[in-house]
Amino acid sequence: MAISSIYHHERCILRIDGSLTIYEAGEAKRRLMDELNLAREVEVDLAGVAELDTAGIQLLLMLKREAARQEKPLFFHGHSKAVLAVVDLYNMAGVFGDPVVLAGGAG
Amino acid sequence: MNLEAAKLVFYEESYELLAAMEAALLAVENAAGPERGEHLNAMFRAAHTIKGSAGLFGLNEIVAFTHLCESVLDKAREGELAITTPLIELLFTCRDHIGGMVDAVRCGVAAPESSALGAQLKSYLDDTAQAVPAPAAAAMVVQQEHAGPRVEVESGGDHVVSSDHWHISLRFGVDVLRNGMDPISFIRYLASLGRIAYLTTLYDGLPNPEDMDPESCYLGFEIEFQAAPNVDKLTIENVFEFIRDDSKVRILPPHAHIAEYIRLIKDMPEGMSRLGEILVRGGALTPMELDEVLGIQRENAGAGEHRPLGTLLVEERLAPPQAVAAALDKQREHAAQKTREHRVVRVDATRLDALIDLVGELVISGAAAQLSASRSADSALIETIASLGELVERIRDEALSLRMVPVGEIFSRFPRVVRDASRELGKDIQLELAGEETELDKSMVDKLADPLVHLVRNAIDHGIEGSDARRIRGKADYGTVWLNAYHESGSVVIEVGDDGGGMDRQRIRNRAVERGLIQADEVLNDQQVLQLVFEPGFSTAETVTNLSGRGVGMDVVKRNIEALKGNIEIDSVAGEGTVVRLRVPLTLAIIDGFRVGVGQVSFVIPLDMVLECLDLPTDTGNSRQHYLNLRGEVLPYLPLRELFEVDAPAPARQSVVVVQYGSQRAGLVVDNLEGELQAVIKPLGQLFRGVRGLAGSTILGSGAVALILDVPDLINRAAKNERRKVALIAAREARHPALREEDRP
Repeated sequence: MAISSIYHHERCILRIDGSLTIYEAGEAKRRLMDELNLAREVEVDLAGVAELDTAGIQLLLMLKREAARQEKPLFFHGHSKAVLAVVDLYNMAGVFGDPVVLAGGAG
Repeated sequence: MNLEAAKLVFYEESYELLAAMEAALLAVENAAGPERGEHLNAMFRAAHTIKGSAGLFGLNEIVAFTHLCESVLDKAREGELAITTPLIELLFTCRDHIGGMVDAVRCGVAAPESSALGAQLKSYLDDTAQAVPAPAAAAMVVQQEHAGPRVEVESGGDHVVSSDHWHISLRFGVDVLRNGMDPISFIRYLASLGRIAYLTTLYDGLPNPEDMDPESCYLGFEIEFQAAPNVDKLTIENVFEFIRDDSKVRILPPHAHIAEYIRLIKDMPEGMSRLGEILVRGGALTPMELDEVLGIQRENAGAGEHRPLGTLLVEERLAPPQAVAAALDKQREHAAQKTREHRVVRVDATRLDALIDLVGELVISGAAAQLSASRSADSALIETIASLGELVERIRDEALSLRMVPVGEIFSRFPRVVRDASRELGKDIQLELAGEETELDKSMVDKLADPLVHLVRNAIDHGIEGSDARRIRGKADYGTVWLNAYHESGSVVIEVGDDGGGMDRQRIRNRAVERGLIQADEVLNDQQVLQLVFEPGFSTAETVTNLSGRGVGMDVVKRNIEALKGNIEIDSVAGEGTVVRLRVPLTLAIIDGFRVGVGQVSFVIPLDMVLECLDLPTDTGNSRQHYLNLRGEVLPYLPLRELFEVDAPAPARQSVVVVQYGSQRAGLVVDNLEGELQAVIKPLGQLFRGVRGLAGSTILGSGAVALILDVPDLINRAAKNERRKVALIAAREARHPALREEDRP
């Protein structure tokens, strides 16, 4: 897993690459929270997510909820196939579904 | 969902619970202090479970009545109501009434009238101050894993929902991810068994980031599932088998009861409106059904009807039997809290019989295989077959023991019988039980119950004297009746004894003569006189009471016991008491036999009854008198050759098989001894019905038929006829002294 961040002013584009699973969850949680605390507005690019499990999706949920709590806009985009599969199965398109781009860029 | 099968379980369970109630009531009567509280609790639980189960089947009359009982019990338990004799009496009647109602449902007839009893119960409820909503939770929670106040809704849940999907509620345990299990894979697997019609992911449990452990699982799911055609509840349950322990899994079948949804909603952490909404969105409930669910809940909350969720058993009662089996682990805990102490698997008796029939066939084929093996002289084959034979023997024993139940099963009903009878007659009676663990064939146990009840009642009514008479005789004021069971040479003996007045022989005789059963001058030995009480239409009771003395019964008892190939013996000492001894065979299916031959014919003697074998002395001068001297004792014997008219010359040497039944012995004279075998008892054909001395037939390994001897009958004959035969032979000899030579062995 790699999480990279690019800042345009206070707008942060977070890109997650590789797998986001229970094995990376501890590390990922710290990274994601740090960036969220720094940024004013977050855009999460999921195009590079090659593997996602329940721990991963919980992190995304947490991120979204926390952003809402801090009243910071947060969007997901570029959902990879791995992400779509889980979101579909969990019937959570409504939650993550900001602009879901079908067959988005494969990681 | 097979409702009928579930109902059968309900009946069985109800009878068990009623038995528990009875036991508890008897204990309450005799106990005091905290012990009493425990028994009251047990009664309360039993009543409560019956009510809950009855509610699931919409048996509203039972629900209403048991509810009243339960309320009264609850008050008694809380100490708001004193335990008085009339109250106990009333509770006994109520217990019987519930039994009557269950019986009525089972037979499909109208339930017995309960308003009178109901009114009596209500009077107890109104006596004390306005009922506080039972703070029952504290006491009942003991049997709950989760001690939260939950609401059980028994009544009103007789509607079913319209949804034809399975509803599955999952709340994963926090550790599933750490344990390497991901909900994703479970849901994918579930999807392979049908179609997931709708799924809602619940993440309400997700904590704030600072409290969140990224490796824990916080998710829950509500799933509407359309199962593939051959997928049943068990299959669905198995999907979640690995997580069942630490996760909450609830599976509701299509068209489940509203009550189950109510329970589900109550059981889940999200709260009723949120979850209700989810269920409506997923299509599990229609909005109207949801209203009903919430409405019912409000009603119940209003009535202060706070009870912990009954038992998981209650939920499972509606499930198909396999699912019940799968949930056995869970059931066990609850079962232990009820009267049953061991794990029990219910098996249909007919399936057991089928198994035993098959084992019988196996034994026969095994014997045939053994025979051909020994003919083949192939030592390896013989060895294999021998070890096979050993296994067959063990299987046979195990299979037969499946049918064996402890005789205590019938004994347990006697405390009540004795209690009621002694009340009615105003006698103070103590019951003693012994040998409850003695095992007996199940079919036998069922058939022994009624005769035993009759004998016990008889002992109380006729046996035990009034306390005045007892005092004069220097006995304790209270009479004692005892039941005892033990094994004795292939039979089971059950004794019903009392320390009463004993039987008056002269009175029995007089009555028998009066009734024309015997001639006034007929000579009878002691046992024969006593046995007269078993003659149809015989009754010596001076007064006819409710219990006995109506002249019916004792002859029926005897008939029943004889139908089981058993017999009855009476021992009675005037002024000291009476013991009635029932002796019945252990089993009716397969026996260890001893094979003997006469000419070309084989006979089988039950091995348990064989004492020893000896040569028939050739020099005995009184052989035609048919008794010999066995170590100083007179042993009557029967030559099987003559008895069954075997048409073959006797060999030079013959053997005597000494058999015993009860306290009697006799010898059977045979040509040769052929060793032990397992005999599967087959009934004799219609033709042989009238033949005495034969208990059945069996098939030997060679395919030939051997006859199984009815030893009790033979012994009886040997003993009974001996005197007459001696006289007869003496008379014949006097006329034709030279004609009887060929009779000599």
